[in-house]
Amino acid sequence: MTLIGWLQIGFLLALVLAAIKPLGLYMAKVFSGEKTFLTPVLKPLEIGIYRLSGIDRDREQGWLGYTLAMLAFSVAGFVVLYAIMRLQAYLPVNPQGFAAVPSDLAFNTASSFVTNTNWQNYSGEAVMSNFTQMAGLAVQNFLSAATGMALAIAVTRAFVRSKAETVGNFWVDTTRATLYVLLPLAIIVAIAFIFLGLPQTMDGSVTATTLEGAKQVITLGPVASQEAIKQLGTNGGGFFNANAAHPFENPNAIANYLNIFAMLSISAAMVYMFGQMTGNRKQGWVLISAIAVLLIAGIGITYWAETAGNPILTSLGLDPSMGNMEGKEVRFGQAMSTLYTAVTTGLSDGGVNSMIGSYTGLGGLVPMFLIHLGEVLPGGVGSGLYGLVVFAVLSVFVAGLMVGRTPEFLGKKIESREMKFAMLAVLILPLAILDFSAVSAMLPTAVAAIGTPGPHGLSEILYAYTSAAGNNGSAMAGLSGNTVWYNTTLGISMLIGRFGYVVPVMAIAGSLAAKQKIPSSKGTFPTDTPLFAGLLIGIILILGGLQFFPSLALGPIVEHFAMMSGQTF
Amino acid sequence: MLKHLRPAFSLVILMTLITGVAYPFAMTGVAKVAAPAKADGSLIARDGQIVGSALIGQNFASDRYFWPRPSATSPNPYDPTASGGSNLGPTAAKLKDRVAGDVDKLKKTGVATPIPADAVTASGSGLDPDITPQNALMQVGRVAQARGLDVGKVADLVNAHIEKRLLGFIGEPHVNVLSLNMALDALKS
Repeated sequence: MTLIGWLQIGFLLALVLAAIKPLGLYMAKVFSGEKTFLTPVLKPLEIGIYRLSGIDRDREQGWLGYTLAMLAFSVAGFVVLYAIMRLQAYLPVNPQGFAAVPSDLAFNTASSFVTNTNWQNYSGEAVMSNFTQMAGLAVQNFLSAATGMALAIAVTRAFVRSKAETVGNFWVDTTRATLYVLLPLAIIVAIAFIFLGLPQTMDGSVTATTLEGAKQVITLGPVASQEAIKQLGTNGGGFFNANAAHPFENPNAIANYLNIFAMLSISAAMVYMFGQMTGNRKQGWVLISAIAVLLIAGIGITYWAETAGNPILTSLGLDPSMGNMEGKEVRFGQAMSTLYTAVTTGLSDGGVNSMIGSYTGLGGLVPMFLIHLGEVLPGGVGSGLYGLVVFAVLSVFVAGLMVGRTPEFLGKKIESREMKFAMLAVLILPLAILDFSAVSAMLPTAVAAIGTPGPHGLSEILYAYTSAAGNNGSAMAGLSGNTVWYNTTLGISMLIGRFGYVVPVMAIAGSLAAKQKIPSSKGTFPTDTPLFAGLLIGIILILGGLQFFPSLALGPIVEHFAMMSGQTF
Repeated sequence: MLKHLRPAFSLVILMTLITGVAYPFAMTGVAKVAAPAKADGSLIARDGQIVGSALIGQNFASDRYFWPRPSATSPNPYDPTASGGSNLGPTAAKLKDRVAGDVDKLKKTGVATPIPADAVTASGSGLDPDITPQNALMQVGRVAQARGLDVGKVADLVNAHIEKRLLGFIGEPHVNVLSLNMALDALKS
């Protein structure tokens, strides 16, 4: 670790911190239906969309109606995306003439993009036409993110409203999230990316003759526009197989900064928005500081582990001062690579600028652990906020048990119904991750897909289901996941991880919205204090992380000790 | 659920037109006007022929050129239609064998250990256009000898091609291999 490395990390986090308040206030206005500076431009478009889609924007929905609308929207997104992939050979803007995407891969990819996971079992430059990329995958980059934001708004309203039967209108929230938040930001970031060197063309590829006379086919496409929304929507599915390690997705240090800034800022600002909308800004900052402590710890440990390097390679005559460079780009080095990795897994982004599968044992443990925590640091756009609210609800309940006070959060009593649903949501992740991992570790065809045998092989499998169920999308990509078994089971994990989690969360929202908002009294445990931040950190670590610890001990931790003793597999 | 299907499908289709067609085409239009060379992939031409992209690494095997990092793209190194890293774990025997082989190859060119790590590790993209300044300087002796050039002159060329950190702290110092090798070719003539 170097001082310059920490300066790079600190400066980026400071930039994000500066963006939290203005962006959070803007989103609070958008979702409260207030006028913003973009309203004159976008209002006619917004109203036109409602009219053409038969949406009554004044009619609100209860939690069940809201959830069903969300499910119908996801089904529609899935069907359209699946159809585009299967029919891409007959669709326009296919300069490379790619054939249809195979059915199991199309199922996996559609599940992946509709759930905001963006796991890549495909190699973008070899399988997906430009049309599929922009009109299929990138559209879900917008819509799955907007869906997450809408759900988070509904959960927020549950704390704003008192004795309410409705939580909002899903169609309106999703449309506004897309038009007022994601699209304008995507335009700004895409233009910045174009100036930073990302290609933006409808052409497929150019053939160059290298200085040594070889032919090099350079794949191009509408990369800048896709990269922008990939990050802003915490999607992470790259235009290319190598994702943001590819110089066309991430050509230099400034582009790397913008990539990380874009993925982190909306999610962080949504937490502030939560405080603003519920009338307690301090609550927003307390939640943000709890997140920041965990995220910075994650960054620090990964950065330390990777700069410490791989003693097996050092013994062959490598200079250890650069750290573990396998799978990393020279222009990013250790600080910018590990910062990206910790942020992408603390969020549900899942894009990578270095290959996590080649990280050291402990360096690879951190991203996996951050996903295990439930991706609330600060998580995917929307999904991070509602995940965080679930942890906050659990924290007040535990605090209530410890000190004998009535558990309340922001004026809403937390009772057994909310607790049951909260626990149901929290238990979905281990169900989807550990069961499939255990079966895969015993199934010969699944084990054959492992890239590096030994403890790393278990890490590869565990990481795959962790990433899928957590809707992250990053990978220890030594695992050849493009098989019928993995395409299918990972696809199912993604669907469980998203919808199995969201439905109980929405049930909590419905139940809380219906309750009367009670003023805080002397018996209330205050939730906008450093004490609560500490408690929340503890609950996230214990309930989120420790359930997975035994499996981590068998994978990355064993691998660390094997690496230190020079053992290879 | 059924009553939700009409708004669901209409919204997906309308949003596809806005975010999936209008947005990328508008950005392409902006790119064509504002930064056409970058939008088309930062291609580099020499004598009217495209020799590569400033952003994409290419393979060099001859002693007369500076070598890039090992590339894990398969079957050919530095293939932009198959980007990716080796994804080998730190304890992989395959990784150890590959690095040991590359270390031996470098030692035969007269290089002393310890060797800069980037010279024998594969990048994440398999297309890394850069090497570290230490790696470039390590190769000066071999290149100068193969070209019959003065070692000091080649070292000066490398030093002139080192791209420093922005504002002194953002990014890592690096040398673009293609640009260095093109300058090397130009030196001769």
